[in-house]
Amino acid sequence: MQPAEEIYLDHVSSTPVHPEVLKTLGELLPIHYANSDAIHSAGTRINQLIQRSRSVIAAAFGVSAEEIVFTSGATEANNAIIKGIAFANAHKGKHIITSSVEHASVYGSFEFLENEFGFEVTYLPVDQDGRILPEVLKNALRPDTILVSIMYVNNEIGTIMPIHDLAKIVKENSRAYFHADCVQALGKIPVDLENVDAASFSAHKINGVKGSGVMLKRANVPFLPLISGGQQEMGMRGGTPNAIVNILFAKTLRLALEGEAEHIHHVRALKQRLIDRLSTLESIVFNSPSEGCSDFILNISCLCVPSEVMMNWLNQHSIFVSAQSTCSSKTKQPSHTLSAMHLNQKRLDGSLRIGLGYTNTTAEIDRFLDVLEEGITTYGKL
Amino acid sequence: MANYSAEYILVRYGELSTKGKNRKLFVAKLIERIRQRLIDHPALKIRYDYNRIYILLNGEDETKVCEGLSQVFGISSFSVAVKCDNAIETVCEAAVELMSQEEPSTFKVDSRRQVKTYPMLSTAISAKVGEAIFNARRHTVDLHNPQILVRVEIQENDAYITVKTHKGAGGYPVGIGGKAMLMLSGGIDSPVAGYQTMKRGVEIEAIHFAAPPYTSDQAKQKVMELAKKLSIHQGRITIHVVPFTDLQLEIYKSADNTYAVTLMRRMMYRIAEQIAQQRRCLAIVSGDSLGQVASQTLYSMQVIQDAIRMLVLRPLVTLDKLEIIEMANKIGTYDTSILPFEDCCTIFSVQNPVTKPRLEYVLKEEKRFDFYPLIAEAIANTQTVTLTLKSDEDAIF
Repeated sequence: MQPAEEIYLDHVSSTPVHPEVLKTLGELLPIHYANSDAIHSAGTRINQLIQRSRSVIAAAFGVSAEEIVFTSGATEANNAIIKGIAFANAHKGKHIITSSVEHASVYGSFEFLENEFGFEVTYLPVDQDGRILPEVLKNALRPDTILVSIMYVNNEIGTIMPIHDLAKIVKENSRAYFHADCVQALGKIPVDLENVDAASFSAHKINGVKGSGVMLKRANVPFLPLISGGQQEMGMRGGTPNAIVNILFAKTLRLALEGEAEHIHHVRALKQRLIDRLSTLESIVFNSPSEGCSDFILNISCLCVPSEVMMNWLNQHSIFVSAQSTCSSKTKQPSHTLSAMHLNQKRLDGSLRIGLGYTNTTAEIDRFLDVLEEGITTYGKL
Repeated sequence: MANYSAEYILVRYGELSTKGKNRKLFVAKLIERIRQRLIDHPALKIRYDYNRIYILLNGEDETKVCEGLSQVFGISSFSVAVKCDNAIETVCEAAVELMSQEEPSTFKVDSRRQVKTYPMLSTAISAKVGEAIFNARRHTVDLHNPQILVRVEIQENDAYITVKTHKGAGGYPVGIGGKAMLMLSGGIDSPVAGYQTMKRGVEIEAIHFAAPPYTSDQAKQKVMELAKKLSIHQGRITIHVVPFTDLQLEIYKSADNTYAVTLMRRMMYRIAEQIAQQRRCLAIVSGDSLGQVASQTLYSMQVIQDAIRMLVLRPLVTLDKLEIIEMANKIGTYDTSILPFEDCCTIFSVQNPVTKPRLEYVLKEEKRFDFYPLIAEAIANTQTVTLTLKSDEDAIF
């Protein structure tokens, strides 16, 4: 039997590299190998390109170049921002707030601050759609709250958080700084950074390369570097810059933003196609909210086939989806977002996350649905 | 929200209007400069009539186009006109919404009808729109001296409204006044001097004196960066990098060291004059500001200038350092200028340079060595680069 064409439906975890980014990577890598901090021409040439990339990114977000720091990815950016702001502002208070549905890198940073450094953490509950309600945040704010960190788009079910309102509430009712993990929002919904003091972004979620992230931190926010080292990145992140990927971030971002409207349009139709057919299947329930949800994420539960079985079945047919956040995939625990939404055990056990990308086609969606249905018929016991 | 969209930008060119016969030339140059600056927006369409230029946005980003326009010399002001349907309710609604984005101020409405079949007279349109804006309780009316003039133009199917007037960069379109050679050191002053010269319609080329290996490649890059920042006002810039080390060493070896700076400056001007003549420049531009350093006293300027015959412009001559810094910040060159790389003026600085040099003594000191071959050699080895707004490097981003 001829192996079937692979169908990649895990774009929330990572995405294929854009051909233009790849081409530039191929052009830069052989020639720009010097240390960008060296003061000879080979180094300064590279440094200039990094600085230009920084300016392009800053312009795209409407901030100044000094407010853009390159990191090894969004996990580092989240760690650096949360710990860096918490440590630098601990003298004003040690209360920090996050949600119960954050990415592991945010959640883990808060637990670390709580367990090792005596910070007091409020983990905000979510409603049945996995959303933080502005009143809930408002009630949690205290005079000693110094940091609030809420993700823009949930990485497991796609819920869009009301970041504009949340940030405004924090500004109006406290002295705390507001951080938004924007990894699943960038290039997928318009990102609004009004009243947002810090934000994290990742390149490989928007068809860039891995090992490449950006932390945006407003100049007025006190901060201590997570990685101490040399003078690199304005003293906010030590270590020899990963020059090539930092340079590539600008193009990756530009392509993502230029294509955003078109990508959304395409992916929205794919998602609707999924929803239309899945709605006819009795054993499928939707975990993603029907309103205020990213077009790129559809989380479902198959009530009659456990996640692991269904994933293996799909995998046999060269179809790749996730059961939960890939960054938590090594644990046997059910998804913490779904748990936070208080779903019943059957839904937790049978959840699947379909991560759409603009490179997916309707033919791929149709084959995925065929295979899924076949799996339910073969292995399902209601 | 009212249904309207930014449609075109109305460009006014105040100072140009006074220039009678040359007008056509001026307008053509201005349009060339606008096109050059807005090269990244190919969909724009440019039209003009006797005293206005109209830039049809044609889908291009309004904010970016405005940002570019504000850097084009020769424009006194410009306004964004929005288009909506010409029903009076829509016009009022759109006008109120546009005005809600403005700081509270005094205003007046001025209306025109292209179609005389429109059911209201111009005065009635103005009154109605004015009333709507006033009722929003943000702005007050002043018919004689309004801070904001709201213009309404009713056409067959649409209405155009302009509210906000952006200040233009002023001056004349670059190139209309010939070309000059800017002495670009890498410091704070010379880029500002270049900017001021371009503002008066004079295109510039730049000359930079490098003293490798005493000065670094980074210092040269910094100068390139500064030149690039200036080039946005004229689309491109040519830079001449003169190797100055041999001349400089010879001066320090042969002449009275307290006069070294004076002699060095005279050599620079001699070289600049020759290259300027080759490049058909009509003047040399320098960032001198009276009394700032030893070579910028009246005495020094006189003695240094004596080395050449070409006209030397010193746009900053009476400005204070703080005023220059403010301007450098405004034109975006300050941060680059203060990068700490040695240039050929700082690296050979002497303890007690003369502030009141005497010409006779200078001439005597210059006789101690034969500098003409060294000047010829420096000119022969000068590297000339032209930077354009678009470069190969753009492909990376």
